[in-house]
Amino acid sequence: MSRNGRLATVLGLFVVAVGLVVAAVAAFLTPGIPGGVVNFTSGSAGQPVSLVVQTVPSIGVGFGDHPTWVSYLVKTPSGKWVHSTTWQLPANTVVNMTILQYDSGSPLRNQQWGQVTGTLGNTMSLNGTATSAYNSNTGDGVGHTFTVPALGLDIPLVGIGGGSTNACSQAPCGTNFDHNTITFSFKTPGPGNYPWQCFVPCGLGYLFGNGGPMSTQGYMGGFLKVVA
Amino acid sequence: MAAENSKGEVNDLRRMTMIWVVLSVVADLLFWFLVGPHVPPGRMTETAVNNQRTFNVLLVIALPVLIGVWVYLGYAATMWSAKREGVAESVGGEGARTNRKVQVWWIALTSVIVIFLAGYGTFAVIAEHGSGGGEGPNPVWSPSGATQAETAALSGSSSWTPGHVLVVQVIGQQWKFTYRYPSFGGFESDKLVLPVNTEIAFNVTSLDVIHSFWAYQLSVKADANPQLNNVAYTETKHTGNFTVRCSELCGLWHGSMYNFGKVVSSTDFMNWASTTQSANAANTANLPPFAWTYVPDANGASGGWYPDGTVTPYSTVETYGSKTPAS
Repeated sequence: MSRNGRLATVLGLFVVAVGLVVAAVAAFLTPGIPGGVVNFTSGSAGQPVSLVVQTVPSIGVGFGDHPTWVSYLVKTPSGKWVHSTTWQLPANTVVNMTILQYDSGSPLRNQQWGQVTGTLGNTMSLNGTATSAYNSNTGDGVGHTFTVPALGLDIPLVGIGGGSTNACSQAPCGTNFDHNTITFSFKTPGPGNYPWQCFVPCGLGYLFGNGGPMSTQGYMGGFLKVVA
Repeated sequence: MAAENSKGEVNDLRRMTMIWVVLSVVADLLFWFLVGPHVPPGRMTETAVNNQRTFNVLLVIALPVLIGVWVYLGYAATMWSAKREGVAESVGGEGARTNRKVQVWWIALTSVIVIFLAGYGTFAVIAEHGSGGGEGPNPVWSPSGATQAETAALSGSSSWTPGHVLVVQVIGQQWKFTYRYPSFGGFESDKLVLPVNTEIAFNVTSLDVIHSFWAYQLSVKADANPQLNNVAYTETKHTGNFTVRCSELCGLWHGSMYNFGKVVSSTDFMNWASTTQSANAANTANLPPFAWTYVPDANGASGGWYPDGTVTPYSTVETYGSKTPAS
């Protein structure tokens, strides 16, 4: 092989090697979104969006590799419950959100998350009763929170009674099981990706309760993908 | 020509020195007056001002060193190039291996610089009450009035008026900072608002893992450790917005663990604090009494926040208890 031929071969192999490394790094850095993105932007512009989610004590079989993990599910506009925590919403729009809470509760690690903030009126409805703060050290405690730190939005999701004999064991849960219904409204900001998470360390069995479902996207945290 | 000796030979060292001095003076002046005022972290607090000055002093000292190296390299490459006409072949021997005078000067000069910087740094840390860094639970260097303010905060008798030290507790948790104001009934907020021209005593702790409270424009950075109170001081000098970030890798949402704070006038601060105190009153009543640290009950998932008298520090045994780890 000529000198130029050898040089071209070496350069070609180098380019291929670099390409493979770049592709591997890109694949590592962009793992995709667990459960995909559920789109809520198909409605009329400026009209409120209805968003219904549920929290379940264990996701159960059929939803991935961790059937015992606690998780959120979301109801698509077509009415199907799916295991996704990334929701696409229109910007500058009122979102009427309903959370069906099927999990039990306990005292919060930080009672600050017992205060309702960031909603329209800084209040939520708990089974029809307006509530602005919930003392997690009394009653049934708080099972989870729905918190969007960048928006100052925080909703304590009061747990069902610990002695419930009609608790849902796996998702998706029907409303015939014991649950609390929490409703509230908030307004989306401008376009952007806004992380949300639960502030109850509910990763049972993991150090400080913040491992497992608390540290894996698609379970107790996700994104509000707000678009124009 | 000044750079030639009495025999008419070029004195390379003198010529390089002249070039170095001129370039260094020009570079230092340009840096100090044009770049210096814009060097991070800015001038929002007394700590930031002093840390900016420290960075500038370091740069003003470092620039001549850098320029000295460049001048020597440039001079050597230009004047002693083998391709240059009249340049003698390099020779070996003692003269090529060592130059006692240069060695002595080099050691003396670098020693003076290093010793000066050590002294300057130590002075800056002491004079600025820790220079914005966390000093641990028992600060060695505290501003006047800080101890009294912190004692009052802990005893529940704290109040604040302009001109006095304001105690603010920073609580890290996965994955957000919240702030308690013991001088205003102990309310907690996810917003950090500070009055201008005020000495702030940040008391930083964590409810779970190690975080780090980094208010960049305030030039304050203190680790947030569970069950430990880490105190850092600064004095606000200008109004404006600043950013708080966690600077300790703390889990999945570490990258999202930031918020924006602001320094406002004393009047605006009092209005905000009073309003928030009233708005949060219902929830503040549910918070534990103000304390330097909070020990969550070690009962695994959803562990409570309150020391109940029987609390033991975290351990894997106490954390898991009889509960079975999930798959």
